[in-house]
Amino acid sequence: MIGPLIPMGVIPETWNNVIALLLGVGFGFALEASGFSSSRKIMGTFFGYDFVVLRVFFTAAITAMTGIFYFDYMGWMDMSMLYINPYYVMSAIIGGIIMGFGFALGGFCPGTSFTGVAIGKIDAMVFSGGLFVGVFIFSELYPLFQGLYNSHNLGGAKIYDLLGMRATVFAFLLIVAAVGMFYGAAFVEKKVKKVDY
Amino acid sequence: MAKNKRDGTFHINPYLGGVLLGLVLFSTYYITGRGLGASGAVKSSVVSAVHTVAPVHALDNKYYSKFLSEDTSPMSNWLVFEVIGVMVGGFLSGTLYGRLKFKVEHSPKITSRTRLIAALVGGILFGVGSQFARGCTSGAALSGMAVLSASGIVTMMAIFGSAYLFSWIFKKLWI
Repeated sequence: MIGPLIPMGVIPETWNNVIALLLGVGFGFALEASGFSSSRKIMGTFFGYDFVVLRVFFTAAITAMTGIFYFDYMGWMDMSMLYINPYYVMSAIIGGIIMGFGFALGGFCPGTSFTGVAIGKIDAMVFSGGLFVGVFIFSELYPLFQGLYNSHNLGGAKIYDLLGMRATVFAFLLIVAAVGMFYGAAFVEKKVKKVDY
Repeated sequence: MAKNKRDGTFHINPYLGGVLLGLVLFSTYYITGRGLGASGAVKSSVVSAVHTVAPVHALDNKYYSKFLSEDTSPMSNWLVFEVIGVMVGGFLSGTLYGRLKFKVEHSPKITSRTRLIAALVGGILFGVGSQFARGCTSGAALSGMAVLSASGIVTMMAIFGSAYLFSWIFKKLWI
């Protein structure tokens, strides 16, 4: 079966929402079981007492990336059919910085806050409520942000093209960097005073 | 494993968690041709709510109207179903490992009230930022990295770089 299955017509569109629900269950389970329903565990990455976010995030990214490259190489999936978020340089950077600010105050990102909500964390519920308010504020003030939001569109640019590298070389370097960070994280964790949470 | 798995303190090995999450993400791309997400479901809900309460205003606004079309309701968005799944999956894991409990988690140095105010402001900022970046840590950063998109890598670095910096400024909230 050549993927991606739904765009290729292998699985009919009607299954889309059922599949969304099932994949969501896997996503939520992996997040919660790893400890992402706790804001203080998540924030450990920034203070060095618990690098679970770094480990899970980068392991997930390189696992999925390797699978995609492998399936593309074997001819089991057409990578060029995958959706790539367009790269609007300014709004990607500014949006990321605003999200980082929110992260430091709230201790969650949207996906992790939903798993917190699921197990009864009241701080996660308040954070999730804030997300709705934030999206509403952005939408209402959109005329103010419109210029910035739409500036410097590089389309579905790939990082390796911008860096002038071959895709596989960049992928390999990313894996090496991730493994390096895993060793670095273990080293730092040993040095940093334990935080009880 | 000597430790009781159901007392709420047990977490799976983070590398195992990462591989699981990576396989879910890979399957999402393989089946649907798109990545995972979270903030998109919030956006769909907000668009849908505004469209219900004030339909004329929603159609006038250039942002809401991007996501409103005649034939499909914004709530039928793929990500809304996925996020319902996320809550179910989180609940299953929380049940399995004994973590279901209503509580406000906060550092002993701050009160619950401070924690909730910071969480609210943090959520609002994350909501705003995710619209600028066209996705959050899941949809923009993680899913983007899996396909090596420039937007994914740049957004990931901006989120974590800024979170690192600001978390030290707000250190008292956490440790």
